[in-house]
Amino acid sequence: MTDFRHPKEELAAFRRRVLVAMLFVLVCFGLLAARFHYLQVVRHDYFHSRAEGNRIALLPVVPNRGLITDRRGRVLARNYSAYTLEINPSQVDNLEATIDELARIVPIDVGDRRRFRKQLLESKFFESVPIRTHLSDEEVARLVARRYSLPGVEVQARLFRDYPYGESGAHVTGYIGRINERDVQRIEEGGNSANYRGSEYIGKSGLELSYEDELHGNTGVEQVEINAGGRAMRLLSRTPAAPGNDLELALDIELQKVAEAAFGERRGALVAIEPATGGVLALVSTPSFNPNLFVEGISVTDWRALSDSPEHPLLNRAMFSTYPPGSTFKPFMALAGLATGKRNLFQYFNGQGVFSFVGHRFYDRKSSCQSGVDVHRSLVYSCNTYYYQLANELGIEALARFMRQFGFGGRTGIDIPGEAAGVLPTPDWKRKRFSRKEQQTWFGGETISVGIGQGYNAYTPLQMANALAALVNDGIIYRPHVVRNVVDAKTGERHPVESEPLARIPVSSAHLQAIRAAMVDVTKVGTAARVFRGAPYESGGKTGTAQVFSLRGQRYVEGRVTERLRDHSWYIAFAPAHKPTIALAVIVENGGFGSQSAAPIARQVMDFYLLGQRADEPASEIDEAAAAEAEQ
Amino acid sequence: MSESRFQPLLLLRALFRPLDPALLLVLGLLLGYGYVLMMSASTERLETLQLHFVIAIVTMWAVALVPPKQLLKLAVPMYLGGVVLLVGVVLFGEVSKGAQRWLDLGVMRIQPSELMKIAVPLMLAWFFQVREGVTRWPEFMVAMMLLLIPLGLIVVQPDLGTSLLVSACGLYVIFFAGLSWKLIVPVVLIGVIGIGAIVGFGDTLCQPEVDWQILREYQKQRVCTLLDPTQDPLGKGFHIIQSTIAIGSGGVFGKGWMAGTQTHLAFIPERHTDFIFSVLAEEFGLIGALVLLILYTLLIIRGFTIAAMAPTLASRLLAGALTMIFFTYAFVNMGMVSGILPVVGVPLPFISYGGTALVTLCIAIGILMSIERSRIAAKE
Repeated sequence: MTDFRHPKEELAAFRRRVLVAMLFVLVCFGLLAARFHYLQVVRHDYFHSRAEGNRIALLPVVPNRGLITDRRGRVLARNYSAYTLEINPSQVDNLEATIDELARIVPIDVGDRRRFRKQLLESKFFESVPIRTHLSDEEVARLVARRYSLPGVEVQARLFRDYPYGESGAHVTGYIGRINERDVQRIEEGGNSANYRGSEYIGKSGLELSYEDELHGNTGVEQVEINAGGRAMRLLSRTPAAPGNDLELALDIELQKVAEAAFGERRGALVAIEPATGGVLALVSTPSFNPNLFVEGISVTDWRALSDSPEHPLLNRAMFSTYPPGSTFKPFMALAGLATGKRNLFQYFNGQGVFSFVGHRFYDRKSSCQSGVDVHRSLVYSCNTYYYQLANELGIEALARFMRQFGFGGRTGIDIPGEAAGVLPTPDWKRKRFSRKEQQTWFGGETISVGIGQGYNAYTPLQMANALAALVNDGIIYRPHVVRNVVDAKTGERHPVESEPLARIPVSSAHLQAIRAAMVDVTKVGTAARVFRGAPYESGGKTGTAQVFSLRGQRYVEGRVTERLRDHSWYIAFAPAHKPTIALAVIVENGGFGSQSAAPIARQVMDFYLLGQRADEPASEIDEAAAAEAEQ
Repeated sequence: MSESRFQPLLLLRALFRPLDPALLLVLGLLLGYGYVLMMSASTERLETLQLHFVIAIVTMWAVALVPPKQLLKLAVPMYLGGVVLLVGVVLFGEVSKGAQRWLDLGVMRIQPSELMKIAVPLMLAWFFQVREGVTRWPEFMVAMMLLLIPLGLIVVQPDLGTSLLVSACGLYVIFFAGLSWKLIVPVVLIGVIGIGAIVGFGDTLCQPEVDWQILREYQKQRVCTLLDPTQDPLGKGFHIIQSTIAIGSGGVFGKGWMAGTQTHLAFIPERHTDFIFSVLAEEFGLIGALVLLILYTLLIIRGFTIAAMAPTLASRLLAGALTMIFFTYAFVNMGMVSGILPVVGVPLPFISYGGTALVTLCIAIGILMSIERSRIAAKE
């Protein structure tokens, strides 16, 4: 114990302790100074970069998606800007509570919540998910005023996709939708992850899907300063996004609408092609659907309505449904007969009312098909027995070999995804198609069935239209394409999608000429004469009926079979006859025989395309009368 | 003296006499520095800060005008009053941020633990003064008791920062009163070795398979988070990581006033209060930090000079202890912000925003001035 009894010593002892304390202070402050030196000098570079990393974030700038316009520049798919209310789940503790809070500011219904939850499951990490889209100005004002009390909640101006023509051409344009996990995988496999940072939508079907790379554009980058809450405070630098390229279609949306209207309530498909280019003028599948429903994620009710409908509106009948071609196959059969030398233009047959084959007898009771039947007459009056015999003489292998050149049984390569290949039957195909031994054998009877377009034959309306386009274009076949030009967003240059034909089918133009002449007579004196009576242009065509149900031995009486079992009605046509600018194939499901349902639709489409007349305009009185007559 | 007429000049001189120019200068520089920082850290608080300045300076001045003898007379009532208020807080205190610190007296809310930072050293100085000449074992025991009573009441609130400062206040008085080195040295040594061992072998000790025997698992976790804040980057570690980034990125010359990215982008929590030093270090760099250290050192030197020259034992002890309090505030705060001490709520003296702490510190300055004035008066 220090003795403090003497004031002098006491003071000295105190002063010693003060000195010790001062020393302690200096040592501690020295320690601090050393620490500062360590942080601010020795490790400055490290902390400097940490601070920069803290402060700078690279934000993707989503490019504007390219527009889709028809051949006359009418916009089929466009973008517009609207406000959305979004929640960043990574910054919100209690999502439900936040949504309840928001629901007190702006209306949020059960559907919004359900969609939000679905998108939340599908969203990428740390991405904000919209809870309400298309906010009104007033709602935006109310939300912005309360934004600071709601962390993780943001009001964003976003671009939305709009399809102004709605159901018209929906199967062609397709639609975009929010990127889901499967899309992410697709993007990653394509090595496009960087370009899709920040993108929320991607093409899901139709041209939106097949031209995704053109339409999407290149994502730009914004260097922004962010605060601890992750909110962007200041723009440091910016590499603008390059907008996606526009698509200019060969399709004519007005023609498309006329064709769709012509179907009315009936199910079916129509494909119209410009023979000289392979450009698709119209591609109809009815009923259609509204692509706008899909952009923000379709609601459950809407989805049910579309997917459960017995009409299958989502099905693209023009490209994915296959039907036996019926008699529309005959022009190609006739051409095959001429090209292979089995028939010539001057050869005619008598006694054609019946064709006997291994004990079976096949009849054709039409009076025009009894005698003097040559290639021309067989087409004009659609004589079956002529083609049974021809098919039998050709044999299935030679027949298939010839037909394959016109694209039957193979994908046309159209620029819309989801095309069916159809079936061009051969013994080889049958072996692969059936597993049981007894079903694998090819019978001669099957060959003659193929000859009149029935049996295993099954083609898409697109294949029919494309084959016809080649037939009327001197055998020059194209890959059909809906998009005519891709318009470069930067330079405005047009890059044609398809300018070179795929092939020239080796057939003589004299033969082609003869087939076309016969098809023209179909519309004058043949099976479609009533429908085309009074047309101010010359067209060629061929009716067809695809059997849905085989009534073994019983006579087919239309009134007796239910609507769904009725035959499909086919019509293929081209016009004007001397130099066709349009070739088309129409099918009306369960529409009965060819001239009944399909041919009047073809007439309306060609009237509009060649004359600019619509069915409801006075000038078309004639063909309405014709159609009425045909339906009797 | 015979003149009975009013002499305004004399009165004015009497008023200004206790203001020690050296202390006043350093205080002015510190407050000015703090004001400049607050302009960057939190502009909306500047007006309130000016008000705090006025209140604190007036209080300091008022205290400086009271002679030490009179101040010491206040020791016992202040101490007892303080203890009663602390009991009140424990029983009826308001809960704020999970701790009871405030006592609502109807007219005003007060924080009695703050008062004890002055009352405890005053009480102990008074006690040693009374027992002058008989300083022996029992006296130190009583002094320890006087310290432990209020300390216990603050610890249960719980308020770690204030407990630390109050116990430091008391211990400094006891140290200056002459507690034997034989007692001080072993305690300090054990502490230093213990902390050194934990810091030195932190990596090994914090391995999950190591069992610390005396501490429970969660206690071990707390110590380990302090040693390596990256283990808990989103929790407690976040503050320390961000403030060390702010300090380190400041470099030698700093990013410039108002240009601290960590500060202005809200990466620094509590940037106007406990973490204001990281604003300083980020914007003014090593130079700015050293200037602050020098200002504190000057303040402490002046305080110790006053203590060493003080005429009575009580004023000596009081001056020494209060000076050490400035140091403790500064060291603990800067140590915490720069990541060498655990996070405890201790403000940076004269710089951090907060009226109560500023008034307490200015009362301490006022007492130092009063003591210095008493020395000069005794000479005259």
